[in-house]
Amino acid sequence: MADTKTVAPKEGALERSWNWLTETQIWKSVFRHNAPITDRNRVLVVLSNVFLHLHPVRIRKSGVRLRYTWCMGGLSFFLFLTLTFTGVLLMFYYRPTLEYAYTDIVGLREHVPLGIMREMHRWGAHAMVITVWLHMFRVFMTGSYKPPREFNWNVGVIMLVLTLLLSFTGYLLPWDQLAIWAITVGSNMARATPFLGYEGPGASLLALGDVQLIHAADDARFALLGGTFVGEGALLRFYVLHCVGLPLAIAVLMAVHFWRVRKDGGISGPL
Amino acid sequence: MADEPNVPASGTPAPKPAAKPAPPSVPPGLAGKTTSAAAAPRRPAAKKKVEDDTSPLLSRRGWIGLAWGSFTAASAAGLAATGRFMFPNVLNEPPQQFRIGFPDEYAPGVDERWKDRFGVWIVRTPSDMVQEAAGFYALLVTCTHLGCTPNWLSAEDKFKCPCHGSGFRPTGINFEGPAPRPLERARIVLAEDGQILVDKAQKFQFELGQWADPESFLRV
Ligand code: HEM
Ligand code: FES
Repeated sequence: MADTKTVAPKEGALERSWNWLTETQIWKSVFRHNAPITDRNRVLVVLSNVFLHLHPVRIRKSGVRLRYTWCMGGLSFFLFLTLTFTGVLLMFYYRPTLEYAYTDIVGLREHVPLGIMREMHRWGAHAMVITVWLHMFRVFMTGSYKPPREFNWNVGVIMLVLTLLLSFTGYLLPWDQLAIWAITVGSNMARATPFLGYEGPGASLLALGDVQLIHAADDARFALLGGTFVGEGALLRFYVLHCVGLPLAIAVLMAVHFWRVRKDGGISGPL
Repeated sequence: MADEPNVPASGTPAPKPAAKPAPPSVPPGLAGKTTSAAAAPRRPAAKKKVEDDTSPLLSRRGWIGLAWGSFTAASAAGLAATGRFMFPNVLNEPPQQFRIGFPDEYAPGVDERWKDRFGVWIVRTPSDMVQEAAGFYALLVTCTHLGCTPNWLSAEDKFKCPCHGSGFRPTGINFEGPAPRPLERARIVLAEDGQILVDKAQKFQFELGQWADPESFLRV
């Protein structure tokens, strides 16, 4: 028994193929560093990965304490990913036209296996609005908006607005009575935009002689609706904004946001 | 940036241009053109650069300024075009002006037949509150609160908005809920063929005294 210890144990087939695999060029081109088990390798792995490098290499203990962050930023991000995934699935069935929009939504529940995707998208959307507000609240209560994090606070404010706009544009898409009238009411407020809304303060000043430059068919509300009332133009515009424009903008800002958290010294700590 | 003599990345620093020793043998007028080749034979690139810089049309700086200027202008034009793109020239919306038949096709009271298609109620009254005469007016179906479409409740003799509960009399006057002002009336006249013509492009607001306008009411 004693001398078996001095002999190198024979490699099993599994071990040999593992060794072979991790020596291949393909493997090495994907995993450029050894397993992140030492401090140095951890840093290398984080720094050389486009997704991970947005994160700090190290964080304070308070940064992972639930009582400090409530994980509300993380939950907002998680919900955003869920919404992107379920939203893309919905796009396979939903057609943004007056003829089909409503029935396609009903069909999602009635004719599609796992129509629960629509439910997940809707509930997730409501939840994200809530978590983003709560995240903002915790950032405020922990004083994390102070320099050097004031820039990230402002990135956050823009993302809050984008979150609400996503919620607003998505609300129209089922094209039911609730949707149409909610957007009618909501977009009518744009009539009162200063200068750019035809009933807003200052709009009547923008005139060439007695030709009004800002009127019901070219003001801010019109740009939003693609028409003078909530009709097919509005449905299409909201669809494009909801599925392409706004998600792209918020995704880019999230990358900036996480990068800024890292650059501003990681998640703030309790005083 | 090849303009400046770079310090080589490794090894000894580049030799300083031999400006001092060379000149004496060269006539002053030719200094700029010949010395560089004579004094610093190892850097022929320097000579080229001098020629570029004296380009007759525009300096290097000038060209770059021009390039950035045009780029900015082109981007601004592209942005403006993108903005304009969002405003189509033709709108596929119901017409603002339409004929709704002859006066004797309407009984007294609120008529809902054009509500869905054209967005108006046609009201025939024996005596209008402002005009003090018998005739027609066209009420726009847009709630003056935030733009929902109220319902006509004939049993209660009022228009009731489902969104936030504003109520309007058959005249269009608001009496309950958040609506701040009466429903608007549209221009209503007789066309040459004797039909009633409604024109929503021209609106009349009670609070501005416009219901007294002859075109806001069709006397019959
Ligand atoms: C759109 C959704 C948003 C997402 C996905 C998001 C995500 C995150 C994440 C994951 C963190 C790391 C710490 C944590 O989880 O609390 C964070 C930090 C931060 N967020 Fe957001 N955020 C969002 C919106 C906002 C808003 C609305 C504000 C404020 C107006 C904001 C301001 C900040 C600031 C200042 C930090 C740094 C906090 C610290 O260092 O303690 N964010 N965000
Ligand atoms: S829109 Fe009619 S009551 Fe608010």
